[in-house]
Amino acid sequence: MLSLHLSALQVVIPLLAAPLCAIIRRPGITWLIALAVGIASCINSIAILLHINRFGEIVYSLGGWAAPFGIEYRIDSANALILLIISFIYLLGIIYAPVSIKSEVPEKSQGWLYTAWILCFTGLSGITISGDVFNVFVFLEVSSLSTYILISFGQDKRCLSAAFRYLVMGTIAATFYLIGVGFLYSLTGTLNMADLAQRLPDLISQNTVAVAFGFVIVGLAIKMALFPFHAWLPNAYAYAPNAVTAFLAGTATKAAVYVFIRLIFEVFPEDYFSGFTSSHHIILAVGIISAVITSAVAIFQNELKRLFAWSSIGQIGYIAVGVGLASTAGVAASFLHLFNHAIMKTAIFMAIGGLFIVTGSTTTAALKNAGRRMPWTMAAILIGGLSLIGVPFTTGFISKWYLVSASLEQNFWWLAGLILLGSLVTAAYVWKIVEIAYFRKDPNEQVVRQEAPLSLLIPTWILVVANIYFGIDARFSGSIATQAANTILGISP
Amino acid sequence: MESLGIVNYWIVIALMMIGLYIVISANNLIKKIIGLNIFQSSVFILYISIGKVGGGTAPILLKEPTVYSNPLPHVLILTAIVVGVATTALGLALIVRIRSAFGTIDDQDVQQDIERN
Amino acid sequence: MMSASTIQLYCLVAPLVAVVLIATVGRVFPILYEAINASVAVLTFLLTLSLYSALGEGTIEPLVLFEPFVGVSIAIQAEPLGILFALMASFLWIVTSIYSFGYMRGHGETNLARFNIFFAIAISSAMGIALAANGFTLFLFYEVLTLSTFPLVTHAGTDKARRAGRVYLFLLLGTSVGMLLLALIWTWILTGTLDFRAGGILDGDISKTTLNILLVLYVFGIGKAALMPFHRWLPTAMVAPTPVSALLHAVAVVKAGVFSILKVSIYIFGIDLLQELEVHRYLAYVAAFTIVATAIIALRKDNLKARLAYSTVGQLSYIVLGALVANAAGIVGGGLHMLMHGFGKITLFFGAGAILVAAHKTEISQMRGIGRSMPVTMITFLIGCIAIVGAPPTGGMWSKWNLLLGAANTTDWLLLAALIIGSLLSAAYLLPIAVRAFYHPPDDGNETIKEAPVSILIAMIISAAGCIILFIAPDFAFELMSMITSSK
Repeated sequence: MLSLHLSALQVVIPLLAAPLCAIIRRPGITWLIALAVGIASCINSIAILLHINRFGEIVYSLGGWAAPFGIEYRIDSANALILLIISFIYLLGIIYAPVSIKSEVPEKSQGWLYTAWILCFTGLSGITISGDVFNVFVFLEVSSLSTYILISFGQDKRCLSAAFRYLVMGTIAATFYLIGVGFLYSLTGTLNMADLAQRLPDLISQNTVAVAFGFVIVGLAIKMALFPFHAWLPNAYAYAPNAVTAFLAGTATKAAVYVFIRLIFEVFPEDYFSGFTSSHHIILAVGIISAVITSAVAIFQNELKRLFAWSSIGQIGYIAVGVGLASTAGVAASFLHLFNHAIMKTAIFMAIGGLFIVTGSTTTAALKNAGRRMPWTMAAILIGGLSLIGVPFTTGFISKWYLVSASLEQNFWWLAGLILLGSLVTAAYVWKIVEIAYFRKDPNEQVVRQEAPLSLLIPTWILVVANIYFGIDARFSGSIATQAANTILGISP
Repeated sequence: MESLGIVNYWIVIALMMIGLYIVISANNLIKKIIGLNIFQSSVFILYISIGKVGGGTAPILLKEPTVYSNPLPHVLILTAIVVGVATTALGLALIVRIRSAFGTIDDQDVQQDIERN
Repeated sequence: MMSASTIQLYCLVAPLVAVVLIATVGRVFPILYEAINASVAVLTFLLTLSLYSALGEGTIEPLVLFEPFVGVSIAIQAEPLGILFALMASFLWIVTSIYSFGYMRGHGETNLARFNIFFAIAISSAMGIALAANGFTLFLFYEVLTLSTFPLVTHAGTDKARRAGRVYLFLLLGTSVGMLLLALIWTWILTGTLDFRAGGILDGDISKTTLNILLVLYVFGIGKAALMPFHRWLPTAMVAPTPVSALLHAVAVVKAGVFSILKVSIYIFGIDLLQELEVHRYLAYVAAFTIVATAIIALRKDNLKARLAYSTVGQLSYIVLGALVANAAGIVGGGLHMLMHGFGKITLFFGAGAILVAAHKTEISQMRGIGRSMPVTMITFLIGCIAIVGAPPTGGMWSKWNLLLGAANTTDWLLLAALIIGSLLSAAYLLPIAVRAFYHPPDDGNETIKEAPVSILIAMIISAAGCIILFIAPDFAFELMSMITSSK
């Protein structure tokens, strides 16, 4: 029986831990609680994955109320993968946090920060495992509200404006999603995803479905920062505390992307996305445009966190391309890139946090001499950057391979060309950084070896090693992504 | 009764547009939050209208009601209202901090301040 | 006795041993850098040699290292062409290590540890390219080679070096990611495999248009082959220290490019299929144009290394042309020229470096009469020139002869003419350097020049002797190449 409660635990543990933290508020203890939550969630998410591999999907009715009346948690290989990513990034983020946070956030606020962080994690986990569209909305807001709080902890006062703007955008997005859900409910009388999937095919020609579809897609597109709804992201990432940025970069948009994929392929009738409304062309076009253009914008950024925030928008574009292909291979590529991008981008932001501790700045100018001054920190950024480009022996290469082969499978050779062109644009901004860090030498300057603290380096390098490992042996990540795509698209493996 | 239902939806649309317009056009951050509230309220009304059956009653008090409103949307909206209140509270809290950091709650002034630095 | 299959792996790993040794032992005794490199190079060469002898006893089994995802593996398998390339690269690595000792210290270069480490990584990836059993593996090592040579190109750390590095990286990464990767994935989608198989994996069932496009993508995508218009990286890369220009930009990197083209033509398309494709003829014209155009550019360059670089671009196109004429003689000629040009060009670059170290001269116009004070350098240089031109008594003759034969077999006189004009022009831009050095009276100050350091001279003598020995005893290379042409 315990195995059945696994899914509830994923949400319940952090949800109980958060108020506890709010009461205690002592930075050390709240950190320990957050850490315990992380460890428990990681173990839990692994257990869930193993359970699914052996017994198939987990369906858990909350409070014993059976669906469609009660809320249902439904976990299959698709969300188990996302859950695993979120849990591990959270754990590593928490391990990374204390030293990094201490340098940016006053002691008295740290307890609150961990509280908000745990809540955010609760929300993201909930989004991932919930099988109820309204419940997804609630968790979406739980995670978003706590994200606004997290961003407002930044040390630069600009973080407040960034958090406020994100709050406005995020609330509009959530409300759009809510409108869409309302229309679906008015048509079908259910909020359960599986139920909706059964009832919607009969109503496929109704305009209401199309309107609901539109609202839901736009709402989620804002949440996942899909071009052209990305405006909130650069400032939010740039001004949040470094540890928070690292966590958000790996998780926040990922959960939204997952819900996006789940809804358009599984909840809405088969072929609704690609065949009936042909909206996959739009997603495809938007995805590839954003992949190329936002990467180009990144070239001109002089603040590292902002630069990589723009890069994140570009990477979301690649994920959208996979979704827009609307094929198993395409969606598999998207899932794989979700996984890979979480690994590489979190590592990069963590390393930037290390850079901040040493130099007190995250501008590109701070990178000067970084190659000799802090070789390990800089190497993490370098490897992450190479992975973004898609250089062999990194996960980015595997992602590109999947994505390009998915587009060639449909004979979209022009798309494949554009994807690879995007890689070159990426190479431009990565190279800009590399040149500053390794080649801008001042012969008169004495360089003192000064590495980021070990507590920052270790989580960073765990991700860097994972990046290389999954770049060489992608059997695990590749097969699970394919399995996830098969589940979502309803193809039995 | 039919017309009443339709009026509801017109109100929803009107409120939605008013709310969105305020969010976009207002420079005062508090006004933006109020706009957001109006926008959200329109959606609440949408849900409540969907659930309401003309002449229906709440299915709790009577033993076996024949005509009753669907309680589920109302319950959902309770949740959504809570979310909305939390958002408003957080938004206002942020405004307080913006005011103490920038000395203004005018969005344009805030942006100018940011650009100056 | 180790099985041949495992020896392949050691060939890749051996250069990496040098990396470890340099990073550990070398830190304590920096004087040992070149000694470590040289001894590891000897080891690598011996391992490759044992692969060569194992090949005599039959095909070597492939060795799968990883399988990143289903249907694609990182695997190595030594086949005749790969062994030829590996033999050449590892042998010349020995010579370069000897040379490097005199050059890097004589020229007062800094950051020797970094230099030697990346040098060894580059060699390791060149070995990986040589032994790759499929296109995927080839691509991986190809990219690693690009990235590991980048720090070598920018070694000087000056603005000029940095700009050169940018061009280098963008052309090589750009072509390989933009076209080669695309072509490989496309091939994979079409055939379900990327294994190098005798006779090719693409077959006639695929539409001719697709195949034509694929061939174009492959030939231009392998930017290391420096076919025009993607040749700019090679001349700009000449800012690197001479050992890099010598071994990497005359042998390992550029030969990896033409080697990849040969591999693709033989094992992915197959010579027969190549013959049927319209576009191979046009690509051959591009190669022919490159040969003539670069020769003319080389004539006008006064900087010695720049002249040699353009000469390299042209000579690479000989090999590309050999692959693209798609007949046995062409392939044999291409394979041989890979080897012969390697020995010849490395001698020339050694010479350029020797002049730089001993006389501090980089421009050809300044080199009047230096042959009198540096006789050994200039005589070996002359032998190198003859090898590039393709005249006896150097091995260059055999390869040029076969290439001409291959071009003649197509009965396309334009190609034949390009080859001959190219050779004549190469004589015109190379021989005057030697003539000027010996027969012109020395400039003021040139009398005081001394001969280059001994280690440089030893290296030059070995490589020049190699050119001549390959004339007398080219049998092993012929034998290897005929294994390929007979098995198709």
